[in-house]
Amino acid sequence: MTDQTLHRTVQHAARTGGDSPVVQPPSTKTGVIGWLRANLFSTWYNSLATLILLYILAKLVPGIIDWLFISAVWSHTEPEVCRAADGACWAFIHEKYRLILFGTYPFDEQWRPTLAVLLYLVLLLASCNRAFWKPWLGVAWVVLLAVIGTLMYGGIFGLTQVPTTRWGGLPLTLMLASFALAIGFPLGILMALGRRSDLPIVRMLSVAYIELIRGVPLITVLFMASVMLPLFLPQGVSINNLLRAQIGIILFASAYLAEVVRGGLQAIPKGQYEAADSIGLGYWQKTRLIILPQALRISIPPLVNTFIGLFKDTSLVIIVGLFDLVGAAKAALTDPSWRGFYRESYFFIAMIYFVFCFSMSKYSQHLEKKLNVGTRR
Amino acid sequence: MAVDSDRGASASSKTPFWYDPRFRAIFFQILTVVLVVAGIGYLVSNVMTNLERQNIASGFGFLQREAGFAIAESMVSYSAADTYGRAFIVGILNTFRVALLGIVLATIIGVLVGVARLSTNWLIAKLASVYIEVLRNIPLLLQLFIWYGVITVSLPGPRQAMSPVEGIYLSNRGFMIPAPVADPIHAYMGIAALLALAAGYLIRRWAKQRQIDTGKQFPVYKTSLGLLILFPAIAWVLGGAPTVMELPTLQGFNFRGGLTLTPEFAALLFGLTFYTAAFIAEIVRGGILAVSHGQSEAAFALGLRKGMVLRFIVLPQALRIIIPPTTSQYLNLTKNSSLAVAIGYPDLVSVGNTTLNQTGQAIEAITIFMAVYLTLSLTISLIMNWYNRAIALVER
Repeated sequence: MTDQTLHRTVQHAARTGGDSPVVQPPSTKTGVIGWLRANLFSTWYNSLATLILLYILAKLVPGIIDWLFISAVWSHTEPEVCRAADGACWAFIHEKYRLILFGTYPFDEQWRPTLAVLLYLVLLLASCNRAFWKPWLGVAWVVLLAVIGTLMYGGIFGLTQVPTTRWGGLPLTLMLASFALAIGFPLGILMALGRRSDLPIVRMLSVAYIELIRGVPLITVLFMASVMLPLFLPQGVSINNLLRAQIGIILFASAYLAEVVRGGLQAIPKGQYEAADSIGLGYWQKTRLIILPQALRISIPPLVNTFIGLFKDTSLVIIVGLFDLVGAAKAALTDPSWRGFYRESYFFIAMIYFVFCFSMSKYSQHLEKKLNVGTRR
Repeated sequence: MAVDSDRGASASSKTPFWYDPRFRAIFFQILTVVLVVAGIGYLVSNVMTNLERQNIASGFGFLQREAGFAIAESMVSYSAADTYGRAFIVGILNTFRVALLGIVLATIIGVLVGVARLSTNWLIAKLASVYIEVLRNIPLLLQLFIWYGVITVSLPGPRQAMSPVEGIYLSNRGFMIPAPVADPIHAYMGIAALLALAAGYLIRRWAKQRQIDTGKQFPVYKTSLGLLILFPAIAWVLGGAPTVMELPTLQGFNFRGGLTLTPEFAALLFGLTFYTAAFIAEIVRGGILAVSHGQSEAAFALGLRKGMVLRFIVLPQALRIIIPPTTSQYLNLTKNSSLAVAIGYPDLVSVGNTTLNQTGQAIEAITIFMAVYLTLSLTISLIMNWYNRAIALVER
């Protein structure tokens, strides 16, 4: 049978319904009713659970919507108006959003952190496109981090100098996490290579470092960086609080990144190592040309997850006296005339964190599927 | 033979010794050791000079000195006149308390939510996934602040305390619940419960042997549960059935009596539990999904009932996948309990931080932190690895 006759036969069968008349499925199995029966009321206990949950939702959701939108104060008014209202006081966010987003950065200079965050977001979005995964992207990130640092600090190009003690809010959160990844990642690669090295002493030192850092909470590492680091430095040398916290986070991140890279290294089949050896490559040639390109590719999705963790963990710098997003939100609550609007303040930054982390984790899942295509059998 | 050795000798004489991998390995390791030792030596000498300059005596002698600060909640008796050493012990016990309770509660909630996400009921599955996504993507510290805010700002004062059930009061000073007045009978009830556990173990062994021999089954779990309730109840009745409960009562501006969960402890416990439960839920879901469908179908084909399939076929295989990542979640929870310092719960880091600020003994305090957390981490790892080995696949 040629393709054409087959096609005609199928069309004919579809028109006439073949030999037997087409029987439609019962109406209780299709459409909205079918979906409801299959997904909400399949058994008596499922029906019961559905009804109880619907009852609870009916009790809770209107109140939440009312608080968030209907009874909320949207206009920019005095705190007294807010206190009289039943709903959320978005006037508080209106009043304080610049403090929350940028900390105590000088008010007239806040276009600088705004620009820095925008540039950051543009490059972050561009990095999500795999067509841009070329060497220049890495260069672009180094340039961007340098530009952001210059923008924030100032002192050249006619920008007034802003000391790091006044940095805060979202740019600080982004910078702490990004620098930790940018500097911690090469360290992590070295440590991961060290952990899989044939040299026992190198291996031992790497294992000791990684397990020591991973065994203690970030807070103790931050405390160590903030109170012990000054003791380690020779007399007369001092580094500021922000840099100390950053060093702490880098040390912390590098141990976790080392484990991510090690996961990638372990996934490379032994044949790759042996093939590289057999064509006479030395250790570093083998690592640079054969092993790392493959291992790092596998490590990208867990790397994104580690970055999400870092992004959330930077909130701990509040404990060593820095004002990142959470710190700035808390600082906004200390204003005596606006006291007590903690729900609005926390809701606002929780949304920021959620948008960042949720989209990154969805991206990581998407990436995992895409990158697996080549290696899946 | 002679030719071979000749060739070998000429090859090695041509290659300079610095191309010999054995020499290189030793050389690079010595270089690493020298660099690391020199680096550490440099840092230590800096520390020595700095400490001398600031007149801080190094060593753990300060642990014997009087602390002079009060600790809000403590499981052992403690007053400001006690030593720093005792203050540290109070902090460590507080860390234990919140970590242990958190691990137990997070496991229960995590398993429930993870199973709920796999439910065939669309509403339950969706609610579970909303729970997981929201809780996982907001920093724990922020969640702690939110819980703390909910308890201390949004709950009414003790005089207007909410009382959902008679005897239980929710106020901005914490949660108050009735507690039985301490009685020696309680200790005997504990012993009775332990006896019931031992009896349950013996019954299980006997029932298994009997099933192997005769094929007859015995309701082991129902019997054990019955014994676990019956034995302590007998002890309680024999001891005169003490029913005196201490109810929290309002005195002045706060409640007295009963059991109190302070706002700090409650906020930390809720935050840690719900945050970690979201991660455990994902692990549980992944573990259950990883057991191939054919396994349960084969079990049904053999005629096993639904509960038996879950207990004998699906769970043993899922647990192998679930246990290792859950271990690291337990470790995370324990480490995250150090966030207590941000909301003022007197855990190890919080107490240590106060000590550090009072005495300037930074190195010693941080050494104690690290030692305690490393010990805790290693202990949890050991226990979980032992459990993991117990359920691991035994291959030929």
